[in-house]
This record gives sequence, C-alpha cells and structure tokens, in this order.
Amino acid sequence: MTELAVDPVLVLLGVSPTGELATNAAELLGAAARIGTPVAVIIAGPGHGQDAATAAGARGAHRVLLAETPYVDSALTAQLVDGLVTAYERVNPSAVLIANSIEGRDVAGRFAVRTQNALAVDAIGVDRDAEGIIVHHSVYGGAYDVDSAVTFGIPVVTIREGGVEDRAAAANPTIDSLEYVQTGRTAATIVSFTPEQARSSRPALRGATRVVAGGRGVGSAEDFALVEQLADVLGAAVGASRVAVDSGYVPHSYQVGQTGVSVAPQLYIALGISGAIQHRAGMQTAKTIVAINKDPEALIFEIADFGVVGDLFTVVPQLVSALTAKKE
Amino acid sequence: MKIVVLVKEVPDTYAERLLNLETGLADRDANDRVLDEIGERAVEVAVSYAESHPDTEVTVLTVGPQTVPATLRKALAMGATSGFHVLDDALLGADLMLTAEALATAAERIGFDLIIAGDVSTDGNAGVIPAMLAERLGIAHATSLNSLEISDTDIGGERETYGGTITLTAALPAIVSITERLPDARFPSFKGIMAAKKKSIVTVDLADLGIDADADVPRSIIIAVSAKPARSAGIKILDEGNAGQQLADYLVQNRLV
Ligand SMILES: Cc1cc2nc3c(=O)[nH]c(=O)nc-3n(C[C@H](O)[C@H](O)[C@H](O)COP(=O)(O)OP(=O)(O)OC[C@H]3O[C@@H](n4cnc5c(N)ncnc54)[C@H](O)[C@@H]3O)c2cc1C
Ligand SMILES: Nc1ncnc2c1ncn2[C@@H]1O[C@H](COP(=O)(O)O)[C@@H](O)[C@H]1O
Repeated sequence: MTELAVDPVLVLLGVSPTGELATNAAELLGAAARIGTPVAVIIAGPGHGQDAATAAGARGAHRVLLAETPYVDSALTAQLVDGLVTAYERVNPSAVLIANSIEGRDVAGRFAVRTQNALAVDAIGVDRDAEGIIVHHSVYGGAYDVDSAVTFGIPVVTIREGGVEDRAAAANPTIDSLEYVQTGRTAATIVSFTPEQARSSRPALRGATRVVAGGRGVGSAEDFALVEQLADVLGAAVGASRVAVDSGYVPHSYQVGQTGVSVAPQLYIALGISGAIQHRAGMQTAKTIVAINKDPEALIFEIADFGVVGDLFTVVPQLVSALTAKKE
Repeated sequence: MKIVVLVKEVPDTYAERLLNLETGLADRDANDRVLDEIGERAVEVAVSYAESHPDTEVTVLTVGPQTVPATLRKALAMGATSGFHVLDDALLGADLMLTAEALATAAERIGFDLIIAGDVSTDGNAGVIPAMLAERLGIAHATSLNSLEISDTDIGGERETYGGTITLTAALPAIVSITERLPDARFPSFKGIMAAKKKSIVTVDLADLGIDADADVPRSIIIAVSAKPARSAGIKILDEGNAGQQLADYLVQNRLV
C-alpha cells in the first residue's frame, strides 16, 4: 500500500455496549483515508477495546487511541467528548469525522462548541484541494449537491450513515492508550441498556444495494410477509413508508424518507407506496426505481424506471415465482 | 416549571424545495413557510405537560426571518404561553455555531428548567443544535428520545443506540430532543387561535443578546451548489395478468437480480 498524506484525520468510532464496532466504521475510515491518515478514537466497554481496535485496523485505521470505560451507569456522551478532545489536542488533526448517528451528533455538537471549530453535517464525502478540505453534501432529498468548507480551524464533520462509498485498505494499527481528562460536565445518566432482539439475516437498510419497501397499500403487518418474500429472493433489505411504520406493520427503523433512513441503492422496489415527496426524499437517488401501485396517477410513477399499474397482491407473487424459477 | 421549546420555521416539504444556486441558501419564496413538524410535536409535549401542571410557562423560541411571527402563532394557538424571536439580518445563512450561540443566549435570557427541541430539523438535517446548546449552557442533554417523562426535578426517556435501546435520566435543568415517535401535535382549537392573538412575541436582535456575528470564530460556508437533473419516468405498464413476469424479465435484462 502506498502511504497517503501524512495529515492525521481523527475518526471517532462507535462501539456497542456489547463490544461490536459500529458498522459505519468502514465508511468513516474510508472517508478519512481520502484526505489523510485515519487515526481512530475508540472508547469501548471494559474488555472490549482490543477487539474493537483490531476491527478498526481491518477497516483502515493506521493508529488507534484506545480507552475503556463502563457504559451503563455512566454519563451519556461525556466520555466520548472528553476522550475526543484529548485525542484532538494530542494528534492535532486536519479534520475530525464522526458518524451522523444519534450518539455521533451529540458528540459532534459538544466537541465543536468546546473546541470552537465549525461543523459540517450529514456529509456524503470529503475531499481535499489546494485550499483545504471540502465537504460534500446531498440536500433536499438528493435534489442538490452542495460543497462546504470552513473559514479556518478544522472541519468537524458528521458523515451520513450508509452515505460514503470510499473504503480504506486494511492497516496494522499502532494502538496507544488514551488517557483522557474527565471534565465531569453535567450529563444525563444511562440507567440501562436493552439489546435489540436477534437481528434478521437480511442486509441492513442503510447502505443496502437493493431495497424492497412497502407502504399503506400492503395493508397489514401479516401481509408485509409478501414484501419480505420479495426482498429475500432478491437478497434485499426491507424498508417502509412512514404510514406503514406508523400503522405498526414494521418497526420504526424501517422507515425510508426525509425523516427516516436515506438510501441510494442499485434497485429500489416500492410496493403500495404513493410516492409522497417526503418518501421520495429518502430514495430518489436510487439507480433503478421500480413501483407497483394500483393507482395509475400515483406520484411514485413520475420517478419510476419501471412502473406496474396493478394490484401488488397479484403482481408480487407472480414476480416472486418468476424470479425463483430463474434462479433454479 | 419554565419550559422553552425550540421551534423552527422551514419550507413546507409538500412542494419541491429550491436552493438559490448562487448563494446556496433556501429560496424562501418557493414554498409556504411552516412550523417544522417535529417542532410542533415538541410544543405538544410541553403543552400537554402544562395542562396537567398549571403553573407551567411555555415559551417558544426561534431564530429565523421576518415571517416567523406568523408561524409562531400556531404554537401559541396550541397553548404555548409566549414567543421569543431572534431576528437579525446577520443571521441569514447563519451556520450552526452562530445559531446555537443565539439560541443558547436567548434561552438564558428567558430562563428555563427544561428546553425541548426536535431531534433533527427538516431543512438543516443537522441534529446537533440540542447538544451544542447543552455544551454552551453547561447542562445535560438527552436527545432523540422516543419516550419522555417529565417530573418536577428530572426527565427520563428512551433512545436508540448501537445494538439496542438505552434508558436515560437527567436532573433539571436539562435539554431534551424528541423524535417522531412522540404523539402528533394537536390542531389548535378556535378558542386557542383567538387566545393566541393576545399572546406576546418578544423580538430581539443579536446586539440585544450581546452577540457579534462577525466575531473571529471559524464558520462553515457553502462554496458550491449544483442541481441534480430531475428524474424522469420510464416504462409504465398496466397489469393484464403477466406484469409480474414482465417485471422479472426487466430485472434480469438489466442485471438487477
Ligand atoms: C415532515 C414530514 C416528514 C415525513 N417523513 C416521511 C418519511 O420519512 N417517509 C415517508 O414514507 N413518509 C414521510 N412523510 C409522510 C408522507 O407525506 C406520506 O404520508 C407517506 O409517505 C405516505 O405513505 P404511503 O405511500 O405508504 O401511503 P399512501 O400515500 O396512503 O399510499 C398508499 C398507496 O398504496 C396504493 N395501494 C393500495 N392498495 C394497493 C394494492 N393492493 N396494490 C398496489 N397498490 C396499492 C395506493 O394506490 C396508494 O398510492 C412525512 C410527512 C411529513 C409532513
Ligand atoms: N433556527 C432555529 N430556531 C429554533 N430552533 C432551532 C433552530 N434550528 C434548530 N433548532 C432546534 O434544534 C432542533 C434540531 O435542529 P438541527 O440541529 O438544525 O437539525 C430543531 O428541531 C429545533 O428544535
């Protein structure tokens, strides 16, 4: 591997309370590698640090600053911000990249204020030119590309989850322990953690290459099985409209759209979804869009590469058996 | 209890939103201006608490342009006690640091036990303002809550994290932000609309708050904007009994399976 620019780029990597490195680590490190040398900051639960650091190396971290601290009973976000600030002072990076996750946004907001650096949010990539670092954003549901930069100081950037394609080559990181100053700022207390029930074997929605989504037209939680069947023949992730989620067909985390997940897959299949502008905002940058809807006037057809005016309960089963037949 | 609710005026998303390709700023005339839906939910949380706790004062606070008072009235009609509007030409296109400074200073001016915000604004899509305020004000934050309980002395709630859900508590004063999982906002009643006309909205500028927009601090600026070509419709077929088969062929031909 050729050595990239020497500029360290600090990347905060999340670790779950059960010790898993957050899935967005690969894209955060990928983005960092594009503008410098990725230096990861990892603050994990007791006993989880080494594994997380090794995993970070496999995803391209050249150096890991590592600390361990208990999770439950601890102060929300405080350790992450204190640790990141110490790392920032130690490494003197040219940018700080943080996931645009719930936790990441909290850290980014506090870190920017504490270090008095400007923030660039929900980025889908970073680059460097003669004048410095450029941050790429995709706004208003992908209708516009916007570039931003900071006037001075370093950019603190939150990276959209599933938004970056760059990946860094695996590295063999040096691991240093991060002794950080605990500022003891007032914080909320984490009382308990409930792990999510066994995750399905389907691909995750964020960053999926194929997505099959269902809307109000699917009609019930039971009938959502049809959406899942099609997803499974295609090896696709499952998504939903807000109405489908609000009606309890599927969990909230399935929501695609302006206030849900933004996806940009190779293939997006919308079943019984009208194509409201807020839904389109989360999927209209998909490469190919397919829609099945019984209303010929449905807005989704305006952006569909292949639209079927028909009843999803007859079209989807036929599609599933045709695809299954082709596979065999 | 004194509750400050952060609400934001945004372009209505039921129409295509436009950006000015020279300035990178929102084209304010392209859409109706509305109260951000998530902000309405935040008002709902505060107002329903106030209903069962009569000595509660709810102030809706916003940083925004001249059109704001019209949208703030809606929050007042829902039952908020008063409005507070930070209005200043220097805030046009303000970055997050400046917006946070203005909101934090204004919240201090108003006085609060609890600040309630939306998790993410529809136009900014940042989701960082609540944590920025917490840092500036030296208080705890509990953000992106899917449930929220408010008592006289603290708040509690649940939020998602990597691999599960966490339960949080924080002593007041604190700032929380809520998600769409909280209840829909009520429609203002006729009585509420009439009452809102008499409620006060205080307007201040940056000088009143002692903020210098030109201070020598780093800012995030837009350096380029371009519009993506709009998507167009492709093939559309009517199912006459074999659409599923035709769609399968299409996917195979285009190597999508
Ligand atoms: C601030 C804000 C944020 C929002 N964020 C989101 C978001 O993130 N994601 C989102 O999805 N929405 C969002 N919405 C809601 C959005 O406006 C729509 O209400 C929602 O997308 C509609 O969902 P739907 O298409 O499932 O339902 P509907 O609009 O009711 O459409 C159902 C469709 O199913 C079709 N249908 C019914 N039966 C059948 C059948 N048997 N076969 C085939 N077709 C059938 C109908 O013809 C219809 O077109 C948001 C709204 C606001 C105001
Ligand atoms: N200009 C503003 N005026 C008032 N509240 C705001 C403003 N900008 C952001 N907020 C609050 O902060 C939340 C998150 O916004 P953002 O960080 O911009 O995504 C919003 O839901 C509002 O509650």
